[in-house]
Amino acid sequence: MPRLFLLSFLLFAAVANAETEAYEFGSAQMEADYKKLINELRCLVCQNQNLAGSNADLAKDLRHQTYQMLMQGKSSDDVIDYMVARYGDFVLYRPQLKPSTYLLWLGPFILLVLVLVLVIRHMRQKQVISPPEADSLRRAAELLDDADRKS
Amino acid sequence: MRYATPLGIFILIAGLLGYGLTLDPKLVPSPLIGKPTPAFTLARLHAPDIKVSEKEFEGEVWVLNVWASWCVACRAEHEFIKRLSRLGIARVIGLNYKDKPEDARNWLRELGDAYEFSLMDQDGRVGIDWGVYGVPETFIIGKDGLIKYKHIGPINLESLNSEVIPILKELTG
Repeated sequence: MPRLFLLSFLLFAAVANAETEAYEFGSAQMEADYKKLINELRCLVCQNQNLAGSNADLAKDLRHQTYQMLMQGKSSDDVIDYMVARYGDFVLYRPQLKPSTYLLWLGPFILLVLVLVLVIRHMRQKQVISPPEADSLRRAAELLDDADRKS
Repeated sequence: MRYATPLGIFILIAGLLGYGLTLDPKLVPSPLIGKPTPAFTLARLHAPDIKVSEKEFEGEVWVLNVWASWCVACRAEHEFIKRLSRLGIARVIGLNYKDKPEDARNWLRELGDAYEFSLMDQDGRVGIDWGVYGVPETFIIGKDGLIKYKHIGPINLESLNSEVIPILKELTG
């Protein structure tokens, strides 16, 4: 029974990414390029879907535009430039690395380094406290001995 | 004051997130601001034999309003487009986007035609060139043929008075 559930989920996953258009491509490479592009371009109407998975009219139009450009012999980069020129960086799921996106791409790593620095500093502080603890331990042992002798 | 650092970080993040709540995540700013009008050649809605290109507007300030008869928000907006036209500050041209010409003409007959004329973009290709991703959208183009401003969504009284009209006055100034 669990296997049946798993199988049905896998089938759903496959259907979710299927576009309704059946395009004829000039070559297998062109078809691969097309699939890659429509998975990396965002649908601007349903903004958390890519062009591959969206049923919106605009998505259909942009898929067709992508197909036409590839058939005309344009490269994947040409298609990306075309979309970004009209819709901005947001149309790409993977924004291009340029001055305006440095903070976006490098930010998490910078934050990680910052946090590591803080953690290491905090740990160093703890080590400084340790030596006096040896004294405290001895004192505690003496007190305990006294208590034992008294009882 | 060991709590200064975490408190400081919290206030910073809370401030940024608070500001973020005032923004609209669906707005996609146009990369075409400051760029030349995309080239186009389209037929007029009420005179399909006449073709109009971007050259028609050279040296003039003009407004392009993207609309469709199937667009609900366009109905509410149309009254303000009419007001804009009546002011006579700039030419107001409609881009009838992905629509059936007969439906479009009926719609204008019903609501009253706000535009000097409308152009038919039935397959939406010209819309793509302008970066249109929803309807309605409004563009303001300057005398130099550069796109100066894009308004996403319907124009209401407030945006008309606080954004559109001041920008037009400044451009035609």
